[in-house]
Amino acid sequence: MSLDEQVLSYPIPSDAALEPPAEWAELRSKCPVAHVTLPSGDQATLLTRYEDVKRVLADPRFTRQLNAPDAARLSAEGDGVFSSEMAQIIPDGGDEHQHWRRLVGKWFTAKRMAALRPSMEQIAERLIDDMVKCGPPCDLKAGLGFPLPVYVICDMLGVPAADRERFSYWSDALLNLTRYSRAEMEAAQGEFFQYMSDHVATKRAEAGDDVLSELIAAGGPEDGGLTDLQILVTGMALLVAGHETTANMIGKMVSMLLADRSRWERLLADPSLIRTAVEEALRLDANSGFGLPRYLRDETEVSGTVLPRGTTVVCSMAAANRDESVFEGAAEMDLRRSPNAHLAFGVGAHSCLGQALARTELQVVLEVLLRRLPSLELAVPVEELERVEGLAVGGLRTVPVRW
Amino acid sequence: MKVTVDEDKCCGAGQCVLIAPEVFDQREDDGIVILLEHEPGEGRHVAVREAAAVCPGAAIEVTDTE
Ligand code: HEM
Ligand code: SF4
Repeated sequence: MSLDEQVLSYPIPSDAALEPPAEWAELRSKCPVAHVTLPSGDQATLLTRYEDVKRVLADPRFTRQLNAPDAARLSAEGDGVFSSEMAQIIPDGGDEHQHWRRLVGKWFTAKRMAALRPSMEQIAERLIDDMVKCGPPCDLKAGLGFPLPVYVICDMLGVPAADRERFSYWSDALLNLTRYSRAEMEAAQGEFFQYMSDHVATKRAEAGDDVLSELIAAGGPEDGGLTDLQILVTGMALLVAGHETTANMIGKMVSMLLADRSRWERLLADPSLIRTAVEEALRLDANSGFGLPRYLRDETEVSGTVLPRGTTVVCSMAAANRDESVFEGAAEMDLRRSPNAHLAFGVGAHSCLGQALARTELQVVLEVLLRRLPSLELAVPVEELERVEGLAVGGLRTVPVRW
Repeated sequence: MKVTVDEDKCCGAGQCVLIAPEVFDQREDDGIVILLEHEPGEGRHVAVREAAAVCPGAAIEVTDTE
């Protein structure tokens, strides 16, 4: 049966942890607007071509209002405890969203990120010291990928180093749909909320050099700033949006580079390739998670197919990032590829607010690893790497390495 | 080469500044792009084209003179 006659189940499983499912290429060429069934049993429309994904993500008629009564549910269990409540407090679209974004975005400029680099390097150095003490072998995900982004976000929020482990736990409990029970997730969310609420009060009393103090200094809503509740939820959202994504990407990036060790060797010989290598790892990530769902308010057309209002569309950026009509040798990992306008961070008004931070973290990790552990290699055959189950964010269960 | 930026489309992601810091900067108060050089020199053309190509807001336009 050909793809356009059957209804595919989405997400489409892949046999290999770092490779895409074969269906992507076929969908892009023959069925760019495909009907799929989500884990909830609801129907949606899957887009896999670069131009379509890019256009839809930049088009405000495709909203993020997945709570509309006729929008598809992603999974039968609901979409995590956090997402829906957060969406009600942080504006989700239009001018109010742009206003929020500009207030927070101030903290994420490229210059600020460059200033954070030395402290990120120090964090990476210390974590690698600990890896060296207990290995080889060692799980790079647990030793470096998972802790580094939490520590960076804690610094950014002005949270003392002593509380980093609690943040790690809360983040994991909020997003890890398989490891924790619903009761544990709700308890974690309650504790995290309480902590942040006290923390914002502390910052209000005594400002520091952190993003929350800066948001407080912008004044209340009457002065063009945010409410305390919005500030607090913004802080929580930064952890949720920026931890698991970056943590997993560190593991996937290093695995991709070590899967064919000549890539690692090229980087050792020429570290000036680090920046483009990070972009190429983001582009080629075949396991980036669910993709971005959007809900369509008005009828429109995509690649010649009419989509009725009320359609739920799923944009697969990972499939779009391998579109041969846009990227030459799209399946190859080209560490020098430039320009590399991949869609891993989305596009347009909602594209990842933390992308300059994520890029800087990935570059720093790679730089420090190449310098400290040049003999790094995977400790298991690449076929044995396993994907994390669950919907939220794609990643590898562990990344066993030696050196 | 002439460069223009559209502040309304800019989402403040800072990609342009990472790639071509001599040509682009970001405003301190909201992260929106500032164009430092409207007609950058030859040596910067490759970086400017890359910045325009990867800008997530499609906010940078490059036109070739001569
Ligand atoms: C490799 C790591 C990361 C990836 C792949 C990633 C990916 C994404 C994507 C695809 C979106 C778009 C969501 C949409 O359009 O609905 C997004 C949004 C967002 N990301 Fe990231 N992200 C990463 C790291 C980070 C970091 C480190 C932070 C901050 C600490 C962050 C903060 C955000 C925020 C706040 C949004 C919402 C922006 C808005 O709605 O305007 N992300 N991210
Ligand atoms: S890359 Fe584009 S969106 Fe980002 S700051 Fe520069 S102009 Fe704005």
